[in-house]
Amino acid sequence: MRIACLAVVLSLWAVVAPAYELEDHSRIDGTGPRVLRILSTADLDVFAPYLDAFHQAYPQITLDYAVASSSELHRAIREDASFDLVISSAMDLQFQLVNDGYARSHESVLADALPVWARWRDQIFAFTTEPAVVVISTERFAGLSIPATRQELTAILRDHPERFQGAVGTYDVRESGLGYLFATQESRATDAYWRLSEVMGRLAPRLYCCSSAMIDDVLSGRLALAYNVLGSYAADRLARGSGGRLQILRMTDFSNVILRTAFITRSAEEPEAAGWFLDLLLSIGLRDTPGPWPLPPVGDGSEDLGSVFGPIRLGPALMVYLDPLNRQAFLSEWLDAIEQH
Amino acid sequence: MRYLLVEDNHELAEAVINRLGLDGHAVDHAGTLTEAEDWLAATGYDLILLDVMLPDGDGRDFLARSRARIETPVIMLTARSQVSDRVGALDQGADDYITKPFDFEELEARCRAVLRRRGGSARNEITLGEAVFDPMAGTLRHGDVSVELRNREIRLLEIFARHTGQILSKGQLMDRLFSFDADVTENAIEVYVGRLRRRIEGMGVRIETVRGLGYRMET
Amino acid sequence: MWRTASIWQRLTLLLAGVAALLSLLSWGMVSALAREAAERTQDNVLAASATIIAETLRSEQGEVRLELPYSAFSMLGAISEDRVFYRVTADDRLLTGYTDLPVPRPPASGNSRVGFETAEFRGEAVRMASVTRQILAGSAPVAVTVTVAQTRAGVSAIASALSRTAAMLSVAFFVVAVGLSAFAARASLRPLNEIAAAVARRGPSDLRPLRRNAPAELAPLLTSLNRLMERLGLSIRRSEDFIAEAAHRVRTPLATVRAQAEVALRSVEDEDTKQRLRRMIRAVDESSRSAGQLLDHATVAYRADDLARSRIDLAALAARTAEALSPTAALRDITLRLDTRPAEVTADAVLLDNALRNVLDNAIKYSPEDTCVTLAIRHDSTFARITVTDEGPGLGNAADGDLTERFRRGANAEGIVGSGLGLTIARDVLVAHGGRLELGAGPDGRGACVSLVLPLS
Repeated sequence: MRIACLAVVLSLWAVVAPAYELEDHSRIDGTGPRVLRILSTADLDVFAPYLDAFHQAYPQITLDYAVASSSELHRAIREDASFDLVISSAMDLQFQLVNDGYARSHESVLADALPVWARWRDQIFAFTTEPAVVVISTERFAGLSIPATRQELTAILRDHPERFQGAVGTYDVRESGLGYLFATQESRATDAYWRLSEVMGRLAPRLYCCSSAMIDDVLSGRLALAYNVLGSYAADRLARGSGGRLQILRMTDFSNVILRTAFITRSAEEPEAAGWFLDLLLSIGLRDTPGPWPLPPVGDGSEDLGSVFGPIRLGPALMVYLDPLNRQAFLSEWLDAIEQH
Repeated sequence: MRYLLVEDNHELAEAVINRLGLDGHAVDHAGTLTEAEDWLAATGYDLILLDVMLPDGDGRDFLARSRARIETPVIMLTARSQVSDRVGALDQGADDYITKPFDFEELEARCRAVLRRRGGSARNEITLGEAVFDPMAGTLRHGDVSVELRNREIRLLEIFARHTGQILSKGQLMDRLFSFDADVTENAIEVYVGRLRRRIEGMGVRIETVRGLGYRMET
Repeated sequence: MWRTASIWQRLTLLLAGVAALLSLLSWGMVSALAREAAERTQDNVLAASATIIAETLRSEQGEVRLELPYSAFSMLGAISEDRVFYRVTADDRLLTGYTDLPVPRPPASGNSRVGFETAEFRGEAVRMASVTRQILAGSAPVAVTVTVAQTRAGVSAIASALSRTAAMLSVAFFVVAVGLSAFAARASLRPLNEIAAAVARRGPSDLRPLRRNAPAELAPLLTSLNRLMERLGLSIRRSEDFIAEAAHRVRTPLATVRAQAEVALRSVEDEDTKQRLRRMIRAVDESSRSAGQLLDHATVAYRADDLARSRIDLAALAARTAEALSPTAALRDITLRLDTRPAEVTADAVLLDNALRNVLDNAIKYSPEDTCVTLAIRHDSTFARITVTDEGPGLGNAADGDLTERFRRGANAEGIVGSGLGLTIARDVLVAHGGRLELGAGPDGRGACVSLVLPLS
């Protein structure tokens, strides 16, 4: 099981640990000597079609694809680990790397075709828009009305503590960069977040490192509800067959939409090949290349799910919650809410 | 015919007066414009011959000044021959011009042409028996019959008319009739006399041949 | 023909040069102002950001605390895609942010709480704003400095975009200015051109002074021009007077000699004397005719350089000329027959009259007495043709060119007074008008036939 949650306390400004940890690794050998090294947070099974598409287009290039958690990825790049292309859904961490000068510029027709909010400084580019959703177990929710807003969700959880005790899952924001991003953005956008967190805290919630683990547990019935799951993973799981045990809910009061971004590292040894791969991702993101891609396109995040909220903006404001002092303050508040038992 | 010649060169004037006198014309001579004014004030003329360059002024200016008062035809005598000068002279009111030096024949022809244009003058007519000869118009009238004569015929008839009854030799006729440079023989005189005889036949005028001496006109 | 083009060009170039200089200057100024404005905007935003952060500073249990407000950075992200760095220090201890970010000097004057500085950080120029606040932490006050820095790509982008716009406007201004310059130069040269045109329009003998309202600058030119024309007119009049005087002086005595000789011719009987007198008269005629034709020829040569062109009906001209010569023809009982039809040409009337007169005079002179000289006018679509046909001895076998050579006379001209210039004059006049003189035999090969051929107008 690759879900080995990392017990590394993320501290951006702490002395950097000497090594980073990979969760998974894959290699597709090309005909030539060139090797393109990609570091990504995306699970291999989700990302395999992209790798295959690239291999089809550039068979001479060997692909080295490594999977790490967003915080490990962040650490690895800060240590100038030798990767050419970095892909992550943790926008804030990605942005900070670019802001701090770990990325190099990339110019192409496809990059120009992206909407302005989907790129920053010709260095970081979004190729998906992915909403945060609530995944519920249809079995465990039997007889209950399906909530559409946080208020309704809070009410249901409060009214049925016996049914949801120990059966609510969410990100451990201390470990998961994406979870931290979801939580901070949500706390900023709606005060319903803290009320919901408090109610969840009373139900002894399970904390996870990754979306896929939460979905697995909802599918198995261990969880009645997983809060703030990456919608693309859930949809992918639903598409692969869940026997009707899963249902995806998108909160209508507010919904986070994140951008999965990629950039070419400053220290890239194969910037040209990295650029090709990036352009492939962009062409798929813009749906210029047809195919059954598991990740959603670069829309504005509202078209399929009816949300009025646009994606989280790429910009220096993303770095606010990465500030150690802010992070410390947020985490302590979060812990107060979520750990009440 | 009464001419006024305005010419400051006395030798030339004398020759012109002399020559015109031969044809029976009366010529008054003025050496200056002032003199010309005096003559014009005193009497009337059939024709004025006016030199351009005179001691007391330009003949053309004089003409332009006095054109309104004087209806007498004017022929300018000019030493200038350029076209613009000729045109200028006519513009100033001259009837014709003649360039110095000139042939008397031509002068006479031009005088005749001018007078004819101006309608002639009755007192120039010469009575020849029952016929009336108008040398200016070049016609000979006898009752209702009128004959138009050509230049040489007019000249010839005029010579005879002015010397009616006299015998004129061929040499005399030749000198009067032809311009000095015409290469003519006495035969030509015979031809012209013959032609004139035919023209005036039945007009009551005859030209007789006086054997060995010449010709004589009888009325 | 008129060389003001260069003045116009010089004036236009000069004005265009001034316009270019002004365009360049204005572009430079607008660019500098744009850069300054963009920089000031960035400074204001940086100052606002630093101030907002500084306002969150507080003391908790003897510790300095702060939180970065979301808006502090979002406002920086709103104006440009520039990298953002920050640093908060309490005395010299780092509270949070980028350790290696340089700290700007404190503001020099007490008025401003915010200090600015431009420095190099992580390979890029950054603009920094810092705010210092005294916070009471525990017992002692601590000076906390908040520094916010941003790269300047946005400023450069805005400045260069504005500079580009300014450049385009400057170029547009320059283009318009050049157009207007050209127009203005032309307009100011117009009086000069008008004077030139007025002079050019004049006939060859029109020497009246130009009466025009000229700008002050052109008044001296106009005055000099008028003075020159006056002098020219005077000198022409003088030479005309001289020619007239000379002709008068020569011809009047000649006229006297001739008249006297003619009178004498009538009074002498001796044939030898008569013959001598005739020769004398002939010599007088010859010399006076030569003088006349020489003057005519000079006139033609002079006027042919600058023809006074007007529309002329050849039929009317022919009638006038024939009338003038009819007494001469009548003298020898030569009939002048006119067979004309209207034909319009553009020509110098004086010269054309002269040419026709010479041809007609020749024909009359060479015709036997009691014959006919015919003057006919015909035309086709391009040329008018005046034909003078006589019944004389013809032109012999000499080629056309020979006959019209100066002073050349036909082989059959013995005994006839003439300088031989007549046909030369006629030919020169026709050539000057783009026409030609054709010589040939009359119908049935008898007599001479001279044609004056002129292009129709």
